[in-house]
Amino acid sequence: MDSGWDESDHMVGLEHYLTVAATLFVIGVFGLFLNRKNVIILLMSIELMLLAVNINLVAFSAFLGDLVGQVFTLFVLTVAAAEAAIGLAILVCFFRNRGTIAVEDANVMKG
Amino acid sequence: MIYSDLYVILPEILLSVFALVALIAVVYAGKDQRASLLLWVSTGMLLAVTAFIGIVGSGTHVAFNSLFVDDAFSRFAKILILASAAVILLMSESFMAKHDLLRFEYPILIVLAAVGMMIMVSAADLMTLYMGLELQSLSLYIVAALRRDSVRATEAGLKYFVLGALSSGLFLFGASLVYGYAGTTQFAGIIETTRDQELSLGLLFGLIFVISGLAFKVSAVPFHMWTPDVYEGSPTPVTAFFSTAPKVAAIGLFARVLHDAFGGAIADWRQVIALLSVLSMFLGSIAAIGQTDIKRLMAYSSIAHMGYALMGLAAGTQLGIEALLVYMVIYVTMSIGTFAFILTMERDGQPITDISALKLIANSDPLKALSMLILLFSLAGVPPMLGFFGKFYVLKSAYEAGLIWLAIAGVVASVIGAYYYLRIVFLMYFGDDVNEELETRGTPILTAIVVVCAAVMVLGIVNLFGIDGAASVAAEILIR
Repeated sequence: MDSGWDESDHMVGLEHYLTVAATLFVIGVFGLFLNRKNVIILLMSIELMLLAVNINLVAFSAFLGDLVGQVFTLFVLTVAAAEAAIGLAILVCFFRNRGTIAVEDANVMKG
Repeated sequence: MIYSDLYVILPEILLSVFALVALIAVVYAGKDQRASLLLWVSTGMLLAVTAFIGIVGSGTHVAFNSLFVDDAFSRFAKILILASAAVILLMSESFMAKHDLLRFEYPILIVLAAVGMMIMVSAADLMTLYMGLELQSLSLYIVAALRRDSVRATEAGLKYFVLGALSSGLFLFGASLVYGYAGTTQFAGIIETTRDQELSLGLLFGLIFVISGLAFKVSAVPFHMWTPDVYEGSPTPVTAFFSTAPKVAAIGLFARVLHDAFGGAIADWRQVIALLSVLSMFLGSIAAIGQTDIKRLMAYSSIAHMGYALMGLAAGTQLGIEALLVYMVIYVTMSIGTFAFILTMERDGQPITDISALKLIANSDPLKALSMLILLFSLAGVPPMLGFFGKFYVLKSAYEAGLIWLAIAGVVASVIGAYYYLRIVFLMYFGDDVNEELETRGTPILTAIVVVCAAVMVLGIVNLFGIDGAASVAAEILIR
């Protein structure tokens, strides 16, 4: 190349993946703590955190040339599905009793 | 090869197959009408597997390309987990039947949670650890919300679920960083990396995230906020379960991860654990003072006790792990006894959890009041009782590991904590103006459990029933 730049400077590397994953993870954690409106948003935030972890695992797996990370990802995906199912089931029960799914209405007990 | 691997996880296989077969069988054979029978069978099964592990288990076996390990440490924790789960099931039967909660899912979920806990304490790889942790947590979220028509129980389940999922997320993020920077998820591989060199920044971040995730599970301060609400909202037998077996499993897991995977970096995690320990002891002792509900009080009490258990972990020595295991055995026995007493508290057939209702109970039921007195003295760590020796061991291990400030803080927190236990004793013996009689008749099983646990607190001071020997063998395995 005559323009003088090295192609590797413009490749998407491990650190980019890690940055994206860390950002998504932090958004998920903040969504969990700052959200005052709706429990469904809490479930979305939890999902976001787990997916951030998956990006991390797959990026490391590709970087290390080791399949274990991708196997781990499959486990995480499976468990995340089960977790969402149980979370929604509990949420349905809560809605039947309370008539609302607003986070600020989960306040019968002070904690 | 595969047969020897399967033999190593035979107890787990037996229990999971039992749970799945029982689930199908009961669905076809009458559902909730068979719940009582299923509960007894599950208790028998748990006790049988406990005996199997205790009698047959020996040596150290690694299975499935070192995903899973069966050693003295995991057997010690498993026996404690299974035995306490079985006793809690025994305690639940009358309460659950009386309050229309005896659903057939309950014993099955408890057995599945126990399988998860067994996998947790036997994990030798981050993946196994995660699967065990989730099997346990998912079962516990459901039993917390077992009383589907109660606002409190479903709210407890919801809070437990959201914060439990957050803690799993934190743990997983840490696990992914550890995998990336150590290049493997196996504990044996991670410890090689941590032993040879200083922890890299990535590994350090991973370690901190993993510790935060696990601290949620043991309800250590500052990750304790779910505990009081979940303890208060769940049905009392479920609360009793929460305060025993899952705590043992989480502490066992904590010890295994920190020593088996990060044993080369004790200096890096010791300060973090010591901080968690001191915060838990003080918050647990101080926040319990203002409580009026005995289940909430027990929640703060368990936070404080976890602080003491973490002190043994912070020591980072074999003595520390030994003290931690002895402490957990004593703590579980005390908890079971106390909750058996709480289960007997009722008025006009309704369960009562108000502390003020205990006024002058010593006049109407002297035997249980005396047993409760012994248990509360033991929880507070008053010298002649077994609880004192548990505290003494962890304080000694922290002192000998050079954490003198932590040991002193432990003594101070223990003195503060004694206040609220002794206040209950005061109410039971010297309270005034009883407006409504509290009944503590209970079933013979509950009475027997309260009295036996109290007797253990007194008789155990002779030789601790030999558990310190077993704990020492278990601790030796972990520290290599």
